Amino acid sequence: MKFTLSWLKEHLDTDASLEEIVERLTMIGLEVEEVTNRADRLKPFKIAKVLEAEQHPNADRLRVLKVDTGQGEPVQIVCGAPNARAGLVGVLGKPGDHIPGLDITLSVGKIRDVESFGMMCSERELELSDEHDGIIDLPEDAPVGVNFAKWAGLDEPVIEIGLTPNRPDCTGVYGIARDLAAAGLGKLKERSHEQIRGNYPCPVSVSLDFGDTRPMCKAFGLRMVKGIKNGPSPKWLQDRLTAIGLRPINILVDITNYLTFDQGRPLHVFDADKVHGNLVVRRGRAGEGIDGLNGKSYELDDTVCVIADDNGIESLGGILGGEPSGCTEDTVNVLIESALWEEDDIAATGRKLGVNTDARYRFERGVDPDYMMPGLEYATRLVLDLCGGEPSETTQAGRVPDSSNIIDFPYSEIRRLSGVEVSQAEANLTLKSLGFWISGSGDTVKVAAPSWRPDIEGKADLVEEVVRILGLDRVPLTPLPRTGTVGQKVLTTGQIRRNRTRRALATRGFNEAVTWSFISKPQAELFGGGSAALELANPISPEMSDMRPSLLPGLLSAAQRNADRGFGDVALFEVGQVFQDDTPEGQKMVAAGVRRGTAKLQGASRHWSGSSTGVDVYDAKADAEAALAAIGAPVEKLQVHTDAPGTFHPGRSGCLKLGPKNALAVFGEIHPKTLADLDLEGPLVAFEIYLDALPQPKTKGGRSKGALNASHLMPVRRDFAFLVGKDVKAEVLLKAARGAEKTLIADVTLFDIYVGQGVPDDQKSVAIDVLLQPRQKTLTDEEIEAVAKKIIANVEKATGGTLRG
Amino acid sequence: MNETARPEIDQLERTLMADIASAADEDAIEQVRVAAIGKKGAVSERMKTLGKMSAEERQVMGPALNGLKVRVTDAIAARKAELRDAAIEARLATETVDITLPVRPSPAETGRIHPISQVIDEITAICADMGFAVAEGPDIETDYYNFTALNFPEDHPAREMHDTFFMAPDANGERKVLRTHTSPVQIRTMEAQEPPIRIVIPGKTYRHDSDATHTPMFHQLEGLVVDKVTTVAHLKWTIEEFCKAFFEVPDVAMRFRPSYFPFTEPSLEVDIQCDRSKPGEVRFGEGNDWMEILGCGMVHPNVLRAGGLDPDVYQGFAWGIGIDRLAMLKYGMPDLRAFFDADVRWLKHYGFRPLDMPTLFGGLSQ
Repeated sequence: MKFTLSWLKEHLDTDASLEEIVERLTMIGLEVEEVTNRADRLKPFKIAKVLEAEQHPNADRLRVLKVDTGQGEPVQIVCGAPNARAGLVGVLGKPGDHIPGLDITLSVGKIRDVESFGMMCSERELELSDEHDGIIDLPEDAPVGVNFAKWAGLDEPVIEIGLTPNRPDCTGVYGIARDLAAAGLGKLKERSHEQIRGNYPCPVSVSLDFGDTRPMCKAFGLRMVKGIKNGPSPKWLQDRLTAIGLRPINILVDITNYLTFDQGRPLHVFDADKVHGNLVVRRGRAGEGIDGLNGKSYELDDTVCVIADDNGIESLGGILGGEPSGCTEDTVNVLIESALWEEDDIAATGRKLGVNTDARYRFERGVDPDYMMPGLEYATRLVLDLCGGEPSETTQAGRVPDSSNIIDFPYSEIRRLSGVEVSQAEANLTLKSLGFWISGSGDTVKVAAPSWRPDIEGKADLVEEVVRILGLDRVPLTPLPRTGTVGQKVLTTGQIRRNRTRRALATRGFNEAVTWSFISKPQAELFGGGSAALELANPISPEMSDMRPSLLPGLLSAAQRNADRGFGDVALFEVGQVFQDDTPEGQKMVAAGVRRGTAKLQGASRHWSGSSTGVDVYDAKADAEAALAAIGAPVEKLQVHTDAPGTFHPGRSGCLKLGPKNALAVFGEIHPKTLADLDLEGPLVAFEIYLDALPQPKTKGGRSKGALNASHLMPVRRDFAFLVGKDVKAEVLLKAARGAEKTLIADVTLFDIYVGQGVPDDQKSVAIDVLLQPRQKTLTDEEIEAVAKKIIANVEKATGGTLRG
Repeated sequence: MNETARPEIDQLERTLMADIASAADEDAIEQVRVAAIGKKGAVSERMKTLGKMSAEERQVMGPALNGLKVRVTDAIAARKAELRDAAIEARLATETVDITLPVRPSPAETGRIHPISQVIDEITAICADMGFAVAEGPDIETDYYNFTALNFPEDHPAREMHDTFFMAPDANGERKVLRTHTSPVQIRTMEAQEPPIRIVIPGKTYRHDSDATHTPMFHQLEGLVVDKVTTVAHLKWTIEEFCKAFFEVPDVAMRFRPSYFPFTEPSLEVDIQCDRSKPGEVRFGEGNDWMEILGCGMVHPNVLRAGGLDPDVYQGFAWGIGIDRLAMLKYGMPDLRAFFDADVRWLKHYGFRPLDMPTLFGGLSQ
């Protein structure tokens, strides 16, 4: 919403400075976004008159002008504008002047061998409008040599406020003035519009015809003024409109625009001679269409409210007038419409047809119903004053609804909600100055909101009005009292686990990524998603169409992007949500990571201390186990299964399970087909941890760690090497060794795997280091020998292998 | 006797001392030791003769021989130590390496936490101190929780302030949305928990918007207090304390302006004092400029009702703030889109070391 300072002062009697006004507007909720003064940019431009216009000797389309600048000799200017002619009064830019619309600084130029000492400007070049068909053509009596901006009334501040959708009353300058007056910044010049007596009944009638359907128009006022003389608006009106970026068209149209911005009351004018028969306000019908005043055509249906006559559709009610019945400078008889539309229908229609107009903006927010007929009177007054003519009586269809809303208002509510002390007298004064009615006395009164404030619903709104106008800075700062105990835990187990996972993975050299929650459908399908329930109806792009079933597609793509930038050795992780379905329970928290190239734990690429080779499944397994350990999962008890999803290499991937069914994590090398499908280059390994699958920690009594039971006896180490079949899993061998003598065997470490010379082709040699920890007394050689035998027997039985001699 | 014995001992001492001095390694010195003070060594043999001497003789020769033994023993020990040191020196000289060779950095130093996670941890630390718990809710929401329960009228322009992502409609034609703000969790919390409520809600939010300053996914922090006594005055204090703590400045001027949000009444917008005179840098708590930083207000009576609470009994406030924006303002990232690109150069530069866990006792940022 834009307006000029002088326009505001038309409604507000004030001595306040621009700065004070701007500050106060912002502090009462009418946030000033910008204050501009076009005169600043237009300072150098003066009014000048073309004395002579001759054909350019070397160019058909150019003319050579002699221009009177108001002082000194006339200057020579080469001009290509079609309307350049002798006698034209326009605006001159001289060498050295900056042309805002072109963002260039003029210099003396030679155009086809003829010197040019400046240019005559178009409206677009001066950023007055988009008009660029010719140079500015001022009235003949415009004073030559005078500053153009000053003469044109552009030399004043234009204030733009960002209006919140709850304040339709401030879509007009009058409403803004009322708020400022209430806030103590002057006195509102109360509006009053005389009722104009018509000399004859309005010859065109209007009816609302919605049949059995919900009406989309509440009320409709209409009046004819005949025998008018339309034409360009007077300068004051043109100046107002141009100052806020509107283009003056003709008096009738300008009046409707003026009331839209002055009073927040959109109107429409029909050329009565182009209206056939009476007007009917009804739903549109399939197949009907309208050519709008904005030069665009729209197809209609029964969700759209129209104004029709015998000829067809003349207007999109409350949004856009139709071209065929629009007013031109030749209009002699005019019909003025002032109506009330259903806000929601206006919004729906505007959205559906994609039309944004100043009328829609106001009607969808809610125009003052009680001002429908006064607005019509005011418009009539302006038409009569500016165009003459003879007014008819008004005619009205429908009824202006009773908008009164009476609220029981205990004054204590102000303190209860805002924490600030306001006297009853002060509250009354504030509310009354905003147009509220107050009746009753005592601690609770009845307050009626004015018709222009549809946003006022209840007590809280009244508190806001009082506090807003008196100033939020009157509200003190009161500390929130402490609650609960010192050091309360505020995170859930899930939140704590996510934090720990993040930091555990980052200590392993991973960089944390945050990738989009939506991925492409092919990617989603590849990772087990892509269901209809998880598809966006209006995605930003096909690459962001489906909610992700896994973090891996995002991370794998991210790794590839980095590789494409020349950084191929990357380790990335993400902790975030994935989607199994569209319910809250179907949203799961997952941690996932990828390593690419040689990005191993100890570091990437070549190094004198030992170069890193390509990442492999064991890197991913180590990451998964480290992250699980960090969140308290019993890593030593997890079972390693081979049933990872098909996106992983079938022989180089695994699944870590707690019990036979509860998968906590998967890890592995990415399947070559997955790489191909996603257009990725390996080596790439990945893991995914299902954070929600880990059971809640058991609530134990007490935090004591218990006594340390460290034996004072020396531990004993023994090495064993077994020849076992190539397919024997290490896990089986280790479990057998560990289980041989549980009280003595403290640890079993697998330290070598060997295939090759000395080992049969279908076998491998597996070497383990067993740590025996005696607790009661030092072990004798016989006892050690007995344990060794048990270990050998157990391993041979479990693996079918033999001790390597 | 004296005259004959002493020169001989002196001679022996000279010989032995010369042998000790010329011993070239530990074996040689050991041989000297055995030859001198071993069981049958020259000194030991002479010591054995003391017993056969007369008392007078012994009185002279005893101390002389003992003195010799002590001096020889000390000299051998000293020579041994000398030789051992020399041997170590010689070995060390061969063991010298180039200690300027670079070693691998610790993975804990190369890994990074994303600024969004870090800032959420910072916010959590601050808010926990003020008694707020951290609540969460789903990203895929119903229209009811995202709009209706938050007092967004059907078809009202307020809904258009949020460019909503819709899910494909289900069999009944109902379509869920990607939450446009974290506010739905207000309702879910009120439904699930009796007041007093003090929660903050960090999370992902989505709007159908993608340009230089908007991304279709971003992060918001919602705060909610509901009890029987909390007012705008508490709101102002909370916001000011939060901003001071977050930006780690001792004092900052704030400006509270009336505004409009469907789910609060009164609604406020908050500007924070800042200095933007240096390009690419914003300093808070100084300067003469204002920057809009968040929206807040008293929870709207209709929202309390939707949460099952009586607005004549319960009241409270809520605020919402962009987490990504907070990160950008505090740590100076120029471009929001880069947050979601996972460029390792960006993550290394703007990310945080894993051990830099924000705490109030150690300062939020290092």
